[in-house]
Amino acid sequence: MLDSKSFVDRLRSAGFDFYAGVPCSLLSGLIARMESDADVPYYPAVREDAAVGLCAGAYMGGKLPVLLMQNSGLGYSLNAFTSLNLIYKIPVLVIMSWRGCGGKDAPEHIIMGRINEQLLETSEMDYAELTDENQDEVLERAMKKIKEERLPFTLLVKKGLFDERH
Amino acid sequence: MKGIEAFQELLPLLKDEPVTLANGFISRQVYNLEDREGNFYMIGSMGLASSIGLGVALAQPDKKSVIFDGDGNVLMAMGTLAMISAAAPKNLVHVVVDNEAYESTGKQATLSNKIQLDEVARGTGYPLVMRAEKKEEIGPAFKKLMDSPGPGFLLIKAEPSFDSSMGRVHHTPEEIRDRFMKVATAK
Repeated sequence: MLDSKSFVDRLRSAGFDFYAGVPCSLLSGLIARMESDADVPYYPAVREDAAVGLCAGAYMGGKLPVLLMQNSGLGYSLNAFTSLNLIYKIPVLVIMSWRGCGGKDAPEHIIMGRINEQLLETSEMDYAELTDENQDEVLERAMKKIKEERLPFTLLVKKGLFDERH
Repeated sequence: MKGIEAFQELLPLLKDEPVTLANGFISRQVYNLEDREGNFYMIGSMGLASSIGLGVALAQPDKKSVIFDGDGNVLMAMGTLAMISAAAPKNLVHVVVDNEAYESTGKQATLSNKIQLDEVARGTGYPLVMRAEKKEEIGPAFKKLMDSPGPGFLLIKAEPSFDSSMGRVHHTPEEIRDRFMKVATAK
């Protein structure tokens, strides 16, 4: 398990200074941490694609954004990613919960859980699963993608990685 | 009033503000009338001009962030009006040129002949909402919004006027980003 506070501190020290998203129970500890910290502005979005737009605007205004969403929001966001971020080269660190992973979840999550990685690959969106052992390595990969190629990078988060608040 | 006349009124009133433009005829008309480095021509991602402009406003609280939006875009992302009202950036000016049509795809009707978008903005909580139906009303309304604490909303009711011989934006997306970022982040 990763500690939400340490992870948020780590994102901040890596330069991320703008946070937005739509909640997922798997990310509830992380979001609670962001909401409780006045130094880390977290903006709730009504839909995941609106959060993509919000983060893109913040980036062009000089911020380094993080976008939190459940993988159910990936479908809503695909046009935003493909016709905004990927063509203008506007980066964002996406923290995406991997509901339905391994086929064990509520019915509405099963198909997206199965196709989550394929969908990211098909959409030419680079990603990695974040675990409690690989954060140095995946954050380094993410920073390279964001800073050098100016493209989004997605961290997939399985149930149990962060604490949950419900 | 034609949509293009609305832009002819608005463009001379801009200084060095970053302006986010909705896709389709809004970007193309403004590009052909007067190209500015501070214009973010959103060529895809329909519906997101408002959230992009909100992001710019939150990132740069000392600059006015202006959005030139359309009725189709606003209707697609009506929830973003709630995000703008909730975040309440004083430096955001949201202008909607409402021609009641998806003009770039052949003038199919939107819903804004029945839904009053200025009332929607007022209902979500924009502190200042104005409406212009005549050309002469645009300049004073826009100036008032630029001089007042926002978020402000200006609905301009216009007739479709898009000339499809008007060219598309010729800059590459990365050029548009670089020009816009330079203006948006200038000290």
